[in-house]
This record gives sequence, structure tokens and C-alpha cells, in this order.
Amino acid sequence: MADVDDLADGEWHRLHPLTPLLRGGLVMIAIAGFVFANLRERILELLIPGDYAPDGDYDPIQLILERNLVAVALAVVLGIVLLVIAIGWLSWRMHSFRIGAESVEVRRGILFRTHRQARLDRIQGINIVRPLIPRLVGAARLEITVAGDDANIQLAYLGSAVADALRARILQLASGAQRRPVDGVAGAAARATADPASPAAPGAPSDPAAPLVLDSVVGRRVGEFLAPELDPALAAPESVVRMDPGRLVASTVLSTSTLMFVVFLVIAGVLVSVGGAPVALFGVVPLVFGLGSFLVRRIVTSLRYTIAATPDGVRVGFGLLSTSNETLPPGRIHAVSISQELLWRPFDWWQVRINRAGRSTRNGAAGRQNTTVLPIGTRDDVLRVLELLLPDTLGEHNRDLVAAGLKRAAQDDGYTVSPRRAAVLRWFSWRRNGVALHRDAIALRRGAIWRELVIVPTARMQSAAVHQGPLLRALRLAALRVHTVAGPVSAHVGALDVRDAERVFDDTAAAAIAAASTDHSHRWAGHSGRSAGEAPRAGAAPPAGEAPPTGNAPPGGSARPPADPEPA
Amino acid sequence: MTPPSTGARASVEPVSTPESPRLDPAPGDWRRVSPRYIVVDLVGTLISGLLTTAALAVPWWFVREWWMLLPSAVSAVVMVVTLALVPRRVRAIGYRLRDDDLLFRRGILFQRFAAVPYGRMQLVDISRGPLARAVGLAELKLVTAAASSNLTIPGLPIEDAEALRDHLVAVAETRRAGL
Repeated sequence: MADVDDLADGEWHRLHPLTPLLRGGLVMIAIAGFVFANLRERILELLIPGDYAPDGDYDPIQLILERNLVAVALAVVLGIVLLVIAIGWLSWRMHSFRIGAESVEVRRGILFRTHRQARLDRIQGINIVRPLIPRLVGAARLEITVAGDDANIQLAYLGSAVADALRARILQLASGAQRRPVDGVAGAAARATADPASPAAPGAPSDPAAPLVLDSVVGRRVGEFLAPELDPALAAPESVVRMDPGRLVASTVLSTSTLMFVVFLVIAGVLVSVGGAPVALFGVVPLVFGLGSFLVRRIVTSLRYTIAATPDGVRVGFGLLSTSNETLPPGRIHAVSISQELLWRPFDWWQVRINRAGRSTRNGAAGRQNTTVLPIGTRDDVLRVLELLLPDTLGEHNRDLVAAGLKRAAQDDGYTVSPRRAAVLRWFSWRRNGVALHRDAIALRRGAIWRELVIVPTARMQSAAVHQGPLLRALRLAALRVHTVAGPVSAHVGALDVRDAERVFDDTAAAAIAAASTDHSHRWAGHSGRSAGEAPRAGAAPPAGEAPPTGNAPPGGSARPPADPEPA
Repeated sequence: MTPPSTGARASVEPVSTPESPRLDPAPGDWRRVSPRYIVVDLVGTLISGLLTTAALAVPWWFVREWWMLLPSAVSAVVMVVTLALVPRRVRAIGYRLRDDDLLFRRGILFQRFAAVPYGRMQLVDISRGPLARAVGLAELKLVTAAASSNLTIPGLPIEDAEALRDHLVAVAETRRAGL
């Protein structure tokens, strides 16, 4: 495969030569297997002559043998094989991609041509998926997600090494930076300066130098297969969350679905012992299988989880056999939810999910939905992940906002919470149920039993609304909703005091406008405010020139944060 | 960039006091939709109400018992009450063009206020149903990247709707932001 610089030169290029085999070849193997299974007896007869006669009247092989059509049959088979090969070759010839300074384009199809083009500054994330079989032959699929349902561009398949470097190159083009690829970014795939102490890949021999030492093809394949998901040269080791397999298994087992299953089991047990109806046990068996496969799938896909900051956004990796790892450029995360299952409370475990534009209705590697950024983590892990996810939104000035959002409610913790009369609707959570507005982010905190904190960067929110129905009006309450792109995170908080809700609504609308006018993340490195090539480091101080944090929502209905006079 | 003028301007809600249980985040003047929209809404409510009532009466056709007509009767009552409330409901729809966003309100019993920044608008749609067309009205729909924004201003006179659309597209262009 050609060099990365050649691939991203604005000319048309073809994919990995094994592409047709990887995309459609598995079907061929399946058909061959089917044919073989059907002709098993006949082949056996050929090898071990015996007295065997087909019992059916119609047997195509018998027919062919009787009428001396063997040559014709072989010709037909040969023709079909040649045709398939020709179509595969032709589809490979006709499938090409081009990466220019402004857009990525893909042309494919033999009879029905499609030509898809995506603007680089609209990229929402680039995912590299390595399903098991392509991974074995050293190929990877590059998925470029743009906003919209299933609006992604797939480069399937590319050479595994070139895919990593190509992603870095596309992101660098998309960032708007004028920097050339430094050898920490694009050259990283070739240059392997290993850090043996890197925690990036628990359980894998972290010696990426192996592919270069072992000069055989097999050795290189093995080396790639075992190499850490994140290149140590790219990942900042101190920012990586370590995923403990034991914790992963325990958290999955302690989920609500298991709880429901236990409840069901108890009910079934009572039914059997009291009513003497062992029939109820039959309902349990499929449930056990279903739950078991669900748990195993969840655990396997979350194994070898990694997250790290790269110069072009946060990179999240998943998967044991089939792997996927995705880079999300800065400013592509529209909402973050940090939630806790009831049984996770004693261990202080949390899960982080996100809303992002450009969801794929097809799941990521091995069925993993690519909206769960942290399957399970301690409070410290969550804080580290949040700093990676929202580097421009969260910083020193509003760290206590997140900390308070994950704790029990306290007096003056920055949140505007429900009044006491809301206890009618929020029995246990009225003290916690609340909202806090910062200049950069709005935090919605809810739930006392199932705790959840939702953070929406004001620069990403689409609109805001307040609602009030008859029930809420009778209690002088109102509900607030922040609209973001569709996803698993719902940014709403109910049962606020009417006057509080009005004030927060007004301030949120103003903050959204102010944030949008100063937002430059669609070309995240092109903006002069940040020196080119500087990574959006976790927990970095806000860029120079920004106003100091304004604290919480300013009092007064029509107060507006001063808009940055800088033109967009 | 003067926003286009729209028909009636009236304030029908009681002025809110600090202790009022009603939601009113932005007191003041609202642009109201055309009173002709009352006709459109009335006829639409009537048609859908009659269809529902008729559909609910179908079981009665097979089982001739008086209580089989109960769902149908409930539907008819709901329809009459809804019809009676239509004029007030239409008068409660309002919008306001602020410097950087559009504020929208609707509902009396179920109140909803929404603020959509101009820069977030992805497209502006004008649609006209047969009833609305008969009385010269149109419906303006604002689409953002969030499906839940869902902001539709019904009952605008067609020339107002077009002027408003052009105005919104123009201001959206000057405030264009990323997603």
C-alpha cells in the first residue's frame, strides 16, 4: 500500500486489494461450505467406494454423470467462478476514494454508481474498525462520520497500518491547521518508539517494535494483532483510564437487568414451591441464555477499553477480537451523561454516555453502540474522561460543578434545586433535582436512587424550552429542557420553581447565543486563538483572551453574558 | 434588517405577578398568529374528532348494546370541549423575534416556551394545507439539528410567512455556527 502522503494528495486511490474478498468473500466460503455439505455422501463415495445409491429420483450429479455432461458442468462452474472474480475485480477497480483539502469523496458501484462527498469541517468522528477476519489479514475499515443518520463514508478496507496514519492525516486536514504532519502524528504508524510501561493495553505485550524486528509477514500480522490499540507515541499515558476486567465483569453483573432477572427468578421459585407448577421453570431457561449472552457480549466488547487525548481529539478504543477505535475531534460532543446504577453506588462506579451528531444505526464493532464512552469507571476516571471529552468546556473554574453533580445535594453547591413542594413529584430526589448554568456548560442533575448528571456545552445546544402542564402549575413548578442532537442522553430537568425555571431558561438562551458566536471548533486548530499544533490538553487553562469564569447564572431575567466581539 | 410586520398584536394573558403560578419567562408583546387560523383549527379539529367518533362507534355496529357507544360519546364530548377552546388556544400562540434568537410560545393548559438561536437553524420550511390555503394562511417550520426543537408557527398570512422566512434565512446566515 502506498504512503499516507500519497493517499491524501487529492487524487483518486483504490482500496486494499483484498477488499472484494473481505466484503463478499465470506459469502463465497459459506456457499462452498453449503455445497460441500450437500455433496458429502457423493464425495465419500468417491473416496471410499461402496454400495451407495441416492434415494431421490432427482439428483443433479447423477444426471450429469449419466448424460456425459461433466465437461459442460465443469465449464459452467468455471464460468461462474471467473464471473465472480471478474465482478470482484471490477468492483475493486471502480471503488476509489479521494482526500482533498476540503472534502473526502468515495466513488463506487459498477452499474449503479454512487459518489459520496463529505466536507472535512463537518466530520463528527473517524472510526477505525477491525473485524476479526480483516484484522487477521491486516486490513481495517475507516469510517468517517458526518452529521446525519448513517451519513458516513466508509473506506473498507485499507491496510491496517495505513488506516491509522490516514486518519491522523484527515483529522489534521480537517482541523484547519497549516502544520505539516510531524512525526508524532502521521509517522507514528511506522515509527514505533515503545514505552514498555504504557498502560494503554492491559493484557497485551506492549512491544510494538516487534513488527519491525520480525521481518516475516506472519510475524508482522501477529505483531499488529497484539499491538496496543493506542499508539504510545500518540496517547498521553497519564490520561488513560485503566479498565480493570474484574470491575467490568462485576459492574455488568450488578446491572439493573440482572436485578430484574433475580426478581423474576424469585417469583418463579415462589410459584414452583407454592403452586407446584414446574412449568414456570421453562420460562426461566431462555431468559438465562438471553441474559448470559447479553452479559458476555457486553463484557467482551468492553474489554481492552482505552481512552486518550490525541492532538485531534479524544480517542476511544474497544474490543477484544474485533476492535474499533474512534477519534472524536473537539466540539463534536453535544451532551454527556454520567449515570449510576443503584448497585454501583457502594463502589462509586459510573457510566459515561454521549450524544453526537451523525449516529450510525448500525452498531460499531461487535455490536457496541458507539455512544458509551466509558462503560464503567470510578469517580476519578469519570473526571479524567470528562476533561478529555469537553476540554474547552470543563476546566479548573467549573470542576466543582461536576463534583457537586455527582454527590449528594448540599447547600450552596451551585445548583438551583427544586423547592420543597416538589417532593410530591420527586419523592426522594427533590433536593438533588436541579440545574446549574455556567458560561460554557449547563449541568442538569437528577435522581436520588439512580443518580444522573447531564452536561451540555452551551456552544453545542440547539435550543431550549420550558414547559408547564396543569399538575406542575398547581404546584407552581415548571420543567426545563435543553434540545441537543438525538442520542441516549436526554437533557431535561422537571419540577423546578416557576421563577427559577423562567430565569434559567432566559439565561440559557442567552448563554447559547454567546457561546455559539465564539465557537470555532468546526476548524478546531485553524483558529488563531490557539497556536497551531497545540493539543487540546486535558484540564488545560482556558485559552488566553477569554473572559474569566462568570460563576453561576447571573441574577436577573434579562442579564446576558457579554458576547465576545471577535468575528466568527 | 427590519423584521416583517405581522397582523394582530394583542396580549390575552393576565399580567403575571411574582407569585403567579403561570409560566411567563418573557413578559411583553408577542406577535400573534392570524385570527383566520381559528377557522382552520376549528375545521381540522372537527374533522379529526368526527372521524375518531365514527371509528369508535364501529364495534356498536356489530354488538348493538348501548354501552358500546360509550367510547364514541366520550370522544364526542372531548371534541366539543376542544372546539370550544380552539379560539383561546390559537390566541395563545405567539412568537417574538429577538436580536439573536426566536422565541415561541403556545398552549394555555400545557404551556411551552422555546428559544431557538438564529445561528442554529438548519432550514426554514413553509407548508400550506388545503384548509390553510383556502383562507390564505401558511405554516412556518424551523428545523435545527435537534429533532426535539420542533418549532412550528402555524396560521401566518402567506406573505408574512414568506417575509419571515427570508428574514430568518438572512439573519441565520450572518450568525452561522457549526453544529
